[in-house]
Amino acid sequence: MKNGIEIRWHGRGGQGAKTAALLLADVAFKTGANVQGFPEYGPERMGAPITAYNRISRDVIRVHSNIYTPDLVVVVDETLLESVDVTAGLKENGALIVNTAKTVEEIRPHLKGYKGNVYTVDGRKISVEALGKYFPNSPMLAAAVAVSGVMDWDSFIHEMRASYMHKFAKKPEVIDGNMKALSMTYDALKDALKGQRKLMETA
Amino acid sequence: MARRDRMSGNEAVSYAIRQINPDVMPAFPITPSTEIPQMVSNYIANGEMDTEFIPVESEHSSMSATIGAEAAGARSLTATSSAGLALMWEELLLAASNRMPCALALVNRTLSGPININCDHSDGMGARDTGWIQIYAENNQEAYDNFVQAYPIAEDARVHLPIMICQDGFITSHAVENIELLEDDEVKAFVGEYHPEEFLLNPGKPIAVGPYSVSNYAMEAKKNQELALERAKEVILEVAQKYGELSGRKYGLFEEYRTGDADYIMLIMGSAAGTAKQAVDDLRDQGKKVGVIKLRVFRPFPAEELAEALRNCKAVAIMDRTESYNGNGGPLGSEVTAGLYRKKVLITAVNYIYGLAGRDFTVQDVYDIFAELENAVTNHTEVEQYQYIGLRK
Repeated sequence: MKNGIEIRWHGRGGQGAKTAALLLADVAFKTGANVQGFPEYGPERMGAPITAYNRISRDVIRVHSNIYTPDLVVVVDETLLESVDVTAGLKENGALIVNTAKTVEEIRPHLKGYKGNVYTVDGRKISVEALGKYFPNSPMLAAAVAVSGVMDWDSFIHEMRASYMHKFAKKPEVIDGNMKALSMTYDALKDALKGQRKLMETA
Repeated sequence: MARRDRMSGNEAVSYAIRQINPDVMPAFPITPSTEIPQMVSNYIANGEMDTEFIPVESEHSSMSATIGAEAAGARSLTATSSAGLALMWEELLLAASNRMPCALALVNRTLSGPININCDHSDGMGARDTGWIQIYAENNQEAYDNFVQAYPIAEDARVHLPIMICQDGFITSHAVENIELLEDDEVKAFVGEYHPEEFLLNPGKPIAVGPYSVSNYAMEAKKNQELALERAKEVILEVAQKYGELSGRKYGLFEEYRTGDADYIMLIMGSAAGTAKQAVDDLRDQGKKVGVIKLRVFRPFPAEELAEALRNCKAVAIMDRTESYNGNGGPLGSEVTAGLYRKKVLITAVNYIYGLAGRDFTVQDVYDIFAELENAVTNHTEVEQYQYIGLRK
């Protein structure tokens, strides 16, 4: 899409891929962007593959279809690499982020020859260390923002604290852990992102 | 002052309901309903509105209770989706024939089977001849704007009919998008207090609601109801005019997008209209003279106005997001072509069925349809008048 980017999320029901897409729409809106965040519903059960989408643009967004040629794909569950064609339509000058403990070199053979940028994030390690539990959506959301550049990191952090305070008004004890997961993800990706163009800047 | 925000279509309609603060909302609170009753219940529990919420055991009951509350003189509404609307069917007819200006927030989802939860218009279209006014939305903004306009249309003394405000299931109901909201006091002033001329709980002026009518008079009652639906057209336009002055957003019976010099027009309703507009912009960049008509008001049906709007084009694609199982076409296809014939506008008119049970409708589909129309007209080829787009090959 002109003047914006399209993101596709692959996860399993219960992991928070839909929530991550809606949170991304939420924080990107606060920077003045036009946003869309929406899930694609299949069978509603824990563990079933689900897809969610974002459009983020400087222009008004009118298209109401799914996304077939994304600029960025985020894979929240690496077991999906075997069953879902996650790189389908993904632009060669786009990027793919996989939640895995493996390295990019170990993941690439599973990507059906995709030649664009690939990043890995160990969402489990980060989440367990920051939160004490495995909730991959905060690390993957942080990775999506860092790789796409839909907003600068400082305003992302600022807006996310406000979002978490609203979302977790009844569970304030998890706010700091989620904030920590965001910054740990950024630190883990810093070296890989050095010198890379941000997707949104060239959109 | 307008406020910029972002929310889902369900949130947008719930927000409008909070601002209007109607008197009574009976609703069946779980599937197949939407998040709307739950969100309104939250507002009530938080003390942000004082609507009487009645959780009922079925949609048949929610519509019955809505009619009962409205007859008693209370501004009433309910919300549902898919099979929930089907279960209301008998009561929908009673709401309209008893001239109850109640409202219904409908999230359009398919009817079974196969069992499927996703968007199409089969629920709303199944209720198209129940006597309700039906208004459809392209996006969250329109769902919100249409709901704010609902009661001023329905309660107008020239109309007195129930009104269904429809939006596409999941595609807009569950999608977060940008929106511009009015302030609470602006909405309250626009919608106004409800002062029904006649109502049951009015000891000084007793009336009967829903009595038996002998054949000597029943037919006149039905004709009067039909005339009220016809009059709704001018009221819808008046309310839209006032709403435009308040919000800066203009509405009509339908929207014409780049149709002025268009040879080929797509006539479509709901969220897919946005996709069609994007495709039209792309094709215009290639020099194609194409446009979109987005139908907003399906009941009353603006047959003559649509025929006039299509008079100067060469071909129209009439898009139905429902199958009518009549072997002849979808509801829009049938009604638009009847209107064209009566106005002697004899252009090529192709009725496409799309997007059933959540099948995605894409910009590419729109390109393909315009290419088929252009080919049919330019090369004088036969084109199937009633066909499906987006089927598995």
